[in-house]
Amino acid sequence: MPNVLTANRLEDGVVVYLGNSGEWVHDLIAATVAENEASLAILEKIAGKSVAGRHVVGVYAIDVDLSNGKPSPKSVREKIRAAHRQTFKDLTELEIS
Amino acid sequence: MYRYDEFDRTFLADRNREFRTQVARRLAGELTEDEFKPLRLMNGLYLQLHAYMLRIAIPYGAITSRQLRQLGYIARRWDKGFGHWTTRQNIQFNWIKLVDVPDILEALAEVDMHAIQTSGNCIRNVTSDPFAGAAADEIEDPRIWAEVVRQWSTNHPEFTYLPRKFKFAVTGSLQDRAAIAFHDIGIRIVGGPHGTKGFRIFVGGGQGRSPYVAQEMKEFLPQQDLLAYLEAMLRIYNLHGRRDNLYKARIKILVNALGVDEYRRQVEVEWQRTRTEGADLPADEVERIRAHFRAPALADRPADFAALAAARSNDPEFDRWLRRNIFPHRHPDYAIAAIAFKEPGRPPGDATAEEMERVADAADRYSRGDLRVTYTQNLVLPHVARADLIDLYHELKEAGLTGGTPGLVTDVIACPGLDYCNLANARSIPIAQAITDRFADPQRAEEIGDLRLNISGCINACGHHHVGHIGILGVDKKGTEHYQITLGGEAGDDASIGTILGPSFPAEDVPSAIENIVGTYLASRTDGEAFLATYRRIGARPFKEALYAKR
Repeated sequence: MPNVLTANRLEDGVVVYLGNSGEWVHDLIAATVAENEASLAILEKIAGKSVAGRHVVGVYAIDVDLSNGKPSPKSVREKIRAAHRQTFKDLTELEIS
Repeated sequence: MYRYDEFDRTFLADRNREFRTQVARRLAGELTEDEFKPLRLMNGLYLQLHAYMLRIAIPYGAITSRQLRQLGYIARRWDKGFGHWTTRQNIQFNWIKLVDVPDILEALAEVDMHAIQTSGNCIRNVTSDPFAGAAADEIEDPRIWAEVVRQWSTNHPEFTYLPRKFKFAVTGSLQDRAAIAFHDIGIRIVGGPHGTKGFRIFVGGGQGRSPYVAQEMKEFLPQQDLLAYLEAMLRIYNLHGRRDNLYKARIKILVNALGVDEYRRQVEVEWQRTRTEGADLPADEVERIRAHFRAPALADRPADFAALAAARSNDPEFDRWLRRNIFPHRHPDYAIAAIAFKEPGRPPGDATAEEMERVADAADRYSRGDLRVTYTQNLVLPHVARADLIDLYHELKEAGLTGGTPGLVTDVIACPGLDYCNLANARSIPIAQAITDRFADPQRAEEIGDLRLNISGCINACGHHHVGHIGILGVDKKGTEHYQITLGGEAGDDASIGTILGPSFPAEDVPSAIENIVGTYLASRTDGEAFLATYRRIGARPFKEALYAKR
């Protein structure tokens, strides 16, 4: 905790996060943060419906850091996913500490 | 090249229609992900970190210019404009949409390509010598037998659900350029009694969590006995291979648990029992396949040695390219030209759509439209007249494809790593880029000489770190990316598995660590001694002492 729910969009595999209105968003900043088990359970219920509705696949919770006032991933893997970054012909370098 | 007949094309069209229906059923909610996943994997489609990844088979690494152009078209239309040559001589596209896959498979079928058996616990794409049919040291073209194995293993009903994936490699030359010692079954074409040819069979090699060098299974197997014998080998594995433990399911574990002698005994019994049942091909069918690989009629094209010498002396880059990227052909007027997708800074093995098209054009002009993918993630033009080398060089240079040099420290093999792969613990690509940047001076890299440096982002070893002269393995150390270094691996003749040197390094320290290892080698080598030879002569201790002295 705190957590955000992430998944891949079914039709194209794009990384998405569960947003404030139950929609799946591309940008982690727009994700809903669960600060306790009870709110995580609510998010998981919403996500379950999205899986059944064929919007997303492979839902799981990630740990985020809120110290900058917005969610940022704690693990390297999730930093890479959140950056939606390709490695070639892409000049956007990803700062990973 | 093997050309599909109507049976092959009908099979592929039926299979693609079937998968189109399966995708539609998944999108309509008639299939759950659990139901769909094994179906998509059978068609080479993975779900990775950012998108779906489609792995396309390039049987024994042989590809035509027409096929390469189509891969470029796929990269441009359905991916982000580039693809990735893999260490199984395949290509992967990393940014594929599920909804597009049926159309992509149709586009592949137009040029007799597919993604079948590039995943799953079946017999995977057969790999081979990228110099096949052209090498000066070749006994027989291994593509003939790789194709025989491909046809036998495609949709083989008994071997579609093996305990684990199964990899074949076939080589037909004196020098092993196919890493046969690190395959479940490695096949080496050898001469037999009375001018016959046959196979030396190896079993139980592999990398991953438990690396093994393959052991000799049969010293000489007559060619006509190949398929029945392989069938017996697979059957004993299928019977006894462990399905209860993913990490112990490969044939290498079985062979080492039983002992190769006992495994061989059981195979021989099964072979004698079943060899008359008809798995072996009739001679005329072998001849039909062989005819597809008949050596091209190469007209004598004597090179203008004065022009070559002048070009070499005027242009040191051309001189280096000629020394390092050109290999002997069986016809003295011809050469094998390697294009290394490894210039400093490039993600190893990545190629843009435009580069694929430019290389396809060069293949049409200079290599009879014939190309090969190497397991070192490069391409090869197998039949280039020496008289055309200057023109070819300039054409490739204009396309930005002469900056990579095979066999040097910058010719890094790297898996996609944590930038793409769901299984990875650490990134491979940025480490490869940092190392190739460090050794970017081509003159210095050449002075260092032959040095295979391989990087894997996890223990599954897709980046072949176990067989790098220097191997780098990405590990997760309390949530940060660390890299373990091994020395002394070798994939070819005199195969060996690298030994871990000591504690791992954080990412930012890896280039300096490699620099340190190279420094120890340079200080220790005798005249003309390559890195591996020095390592084998002096052992790990001097490297270890120099590397960890300050820690």
